[in-house]
Amino acid sequence: MNYRIIVRTLGFILLFEAVFFLVPAITAVCYWEKEFFAFLFCMLFCGAVGGACFLVKNKGGTMYAKEGFVIVALSWIAMSLFGALPFWFSGAIPSFIDALFETVSGFTTTGATILPSGAAVEALPKSMLMWRSFTHWLGGMGVLVFVMVFLPLSGGRNISLLQAESTGAAVNKLVPKMRSTARILYLIYTALTVVQFILLVFDMPVFDAVNTAFATAGTGGFSVKGDSCASYSVYSQTVVTVFMILFSVNFTSFYLILCGKLKEAFNLEVKTFFVIVFAAILLITLNLQLTGYGYSLGEAILHSAFSVASVISTTGFVTANFDLWPAFSKTILVLLMFIGACAGSTGGGIKVSRVIVLCKGASHEMKRIVHPRQIKKITMDKRIVEHEVVRRINAYFVAYLLIFVASLLCISFDCADLTTNFTSVAATLNNIGPGLGLVGPDGNFAFFSDFSKLVLIFDMLAGRLEVFPMLVLFLPSTWRK
Amino acid sequence: MNIIIIGCGRVGRTLAERLNADGNDVTVVDTSAAKVKTITNRCDIMGVVGNGATHTVQREAGIETADLLIAVTNSDELNLLCCVVAKKEGRCRTIARVKNPDYSKDAPYLKEQLGLAMVINPEYAAAEEIARVLRFPAAINIEPFAKGKVELVKFRLPKDSPLINLTVKEMAMRYRPNLLVCTIERGEEAYIANGDSRFEARDVISVVATPKNANEFFAKIDYKGRSVKTALVVGGGVITHYLCHILERSGVQLKIVEKDLKICEELSAQWPKYDVIHGDGSDRELLLEEGLQNTGAFVALANLDEENILLSVYAKSVGCKKLITKINRIDYDHVLDQLNLDTTICPKNITSDIILRYVRAMKNTVGSNVETLYNVIQDKVEASEFIVKEGSPIAGKPLAELKFKPNVLIACITRGQDVIIPRGQDVIQAGDTVVVVAKQLGLQDVTDVLK
Repeated sequence: MNYRIIVRTLGFILLFEAVFFLVPAITAVCYWEKEFFAFLFCMLFCGAVGGACFLVKNKGGTMYAKEGFVIVALSWIAMSLFGALPFWFSGAIPSFIDALFETVSGFTTTGATILPSGAAVEALPKSMLMWRSFTHWLGGMGVLVFVMVFLPLSGGRNISLLQAESTGAAVNKLVPKMRSTARILYLIYTALTVVQFILLVFDMPVFDAVNTAFATAGTGGFSVKGDSCASYSVYSQTVVTVFMILFSVNFTSFYLILCGKLKEAFNLEVKTFFVIVFAAILLITLNLQLTGYGYSLGEAILHSAFSVASVISTTGFVTANFDLWPAFSKTILVLLMFIGACAGSTGGGIKVSRVIVLCKGASHEMKRIVHPRQIKKITMDKRIVEHEVVRRINAYFVAYLLIFVASLLCISFDCADLTTNFTSVAATLNNIGPGLGLVGPDGNFAFFSDFSKLVLIFDMLAGRLEVFPMLVLFLPSTWRK
Repeated sequence: MNIIIIGCGRVGRTLAERLNADGNDVTVVDTSAAKVKTITNRCDIMGVVGNGATHTVQREAGIETADLLIAVTNSDELNLLCCVVAKKEGRCRTIARVKNPDYSKDAPYLKEQLGLAMVINPEYAAAEEIARVLRFPAAINIEPFAKGKVELVKFRLPKDSPLINLTVKEMAMRYRPNLLVCTIERGEEAYIANGDSRFEARDVISVVATPKNANEFFAKIDYKGRSVKTALVVGGGVITHYLCHILERSGVQLKIVEKDLKICEELSAQWPKYDVIHGDGSDRELLLEEGLQNTGAFVALANLDEENILLSVYAKSVGCKKLITKINRIDYDHVLDQLNLDTTICPKNITSDIILRYVRAMKNTVGSNVETLYNVIQDKVEASEFIVKEGSPIAGKPLAELKFKPNVLIACITRGQDVIIPRGQDVIQAGDTVVVVAKQLGLQDVTDVLK
């Protein structure tokens, strides 16, 4: 294990985070808030620690895959710890665990909050709200990817960093150079964010538009309003719906569209994703109409589309309290939580492509019972999915389920009902935000004990980094020289 | 530059690593997913799995925007096909590795008809390198220019050389050599030589001359690293064939030891002037009997690396003066360095070196007309070969009347088959190829050397 390279890179990430604090600090200046000093202090502290770490000289040696994974996991933890400081110092969130929960929820683009009520959200200083949304935006595409845009990280094996931080089973570079790939990804990401901001700014205050755009882009879900998106106009809600879906599409597809390769852009995963989205909207609308829930047809379509987009993209914005909807609709939403967005997007969950491979694998295995000697290869878009990828997806799925079950068991000591516990693990591990029951659209995560909150914090990080980077930290052989 | 490399064997891998380190955008293609993965995990490059000769795979690898396609798979036919397909699609230049002598004899025709930028034969390149070393064993480096008609030879002046304390002018008066002293390297410093430059002990000198003139000069100054007269070669493989062919008109007498009677007979029939010995090259008694102790050079070209290394170490122990060892795997070359094996030749490495040099020249010359480019002294002095166009201001006047920038040297003029080592009264004509040695890096055109 090359500790020096890890410490050095961590220092580097913290230096970047110190720069990121400028965004809320400038907001604080604009709104003349005293929280400016909290951010200034955090910026200096973070910069000092980062600078000290950065001074550690790398005595040669390369970054291998294990170092890459450890760096990604540790830098996300370090960023969250430092990112929580402003909430804690300024007294906006008095408990450090709560502040950490809120920050992790931000960076991992979960959007689960511990703020006790809607009014408490609106009572937060604007600069704090800005920091919450901005962590979404950074966490969405990944901080290390962001760093790569500006500086070539040491060593030629950065692919493991990209692999650990980006979503999906197999990473594909868009262009040969990692740095150019990172740059293209962030360009598309920024451009889409700007477009959404422009579309929103006609209809809401600039501050709301910026924050909503950040939170949608990262598929996060923190809102500056107590009632999330419910009080915005139908136009704004529609814009947010469309962009939530856009941000959960594989970014490679956007690149291919820009290159004029439409056929390749709409691959099996993207098509499946859209089929799932439209089927879910249709079923929920029908369910709401047939059970006489009390919506007009227009309202039913709007709310079901918004909720489906919000849940499958793992954003977690809310326009209607779906906790009160009929059981069938709620079940569909819970299922969508697990499926999640496309690989290579900013969304969380298991990812559509993994679900496809898992289903194909299961169906092939079934056929093999009938014809034991049959040879079947899993293919996607007429391309063989390498055995190694299939194996990794299977392992991912098992690890994912184990974490899910273990977390469920851990938080069940707090005496909430099963629906609450189940959906709160689902909502954090899949980076969605709201669940059902006590953690539903009207609820929050404040009532959990500190221990349960730490478990959920782990779940959020594991969900964002797709399980393995976090688990590698617990493997003793990782840390041996 | 965007470069596509088809084939992830040893050459492909080395090229990918080094081209990537030079800052190019590299995409590798191979049918084996595992091979592609190994290399993309190690370097910052893109990998595509598939048959590189198909249009679909080439498109996926970005042939539309590629500047260069290098085909180095195991199969000659596939390599050529890759290049032909690429040529149809894009504007890129193509390089193919072709091993089979049947094809490589056709190299000029292939280059012209299929529009290839370069056809490279690793074994032939290795044989050329061996021949150069045999002709001038003490050279640090020998680089061919003007299609091999002229060489740039770098060597170190020994302490007792008669040249020491002479200026270039005095040296020219005394020895009247038909060559040009280009650069003098002294410690960290590098100079472009002029008439008043003075030689000192331990200087590294580079001169431009035809191979024959260079040899004569080294004989005159009594340089101990003169061309070897006899060489004992173990192994009668493809490289040996090429070596025989290249050395046919030189004064080097080869003695070839080969186990296979049939190969011996073929060699003997084709080149009667060489001694062909039928016997096991690893037989100690046989080697001693055939004069291993007295031979000018020992060349180990057997198939197995281990055998070659062992034979060379043995040859050294019995006092053989010059060793050349062919090695296929170069992963452990630092261990080999400790064995003091003199010159080791690795055909695959030579291949990647030559391609790399071409790419560097190509990169440095986007929009210019440099033919070959060679680093005489790393990052300090470059030698570039240009073709002089019609109406160029440098043509038609005696060199003495042209106003050159400082630290620039016209080292050689090639006109058709003739090589001219330029003097003040020589005139450059349109269509000539000139070699310019300059401290200024990245010359775009020959006119850049004028004030």
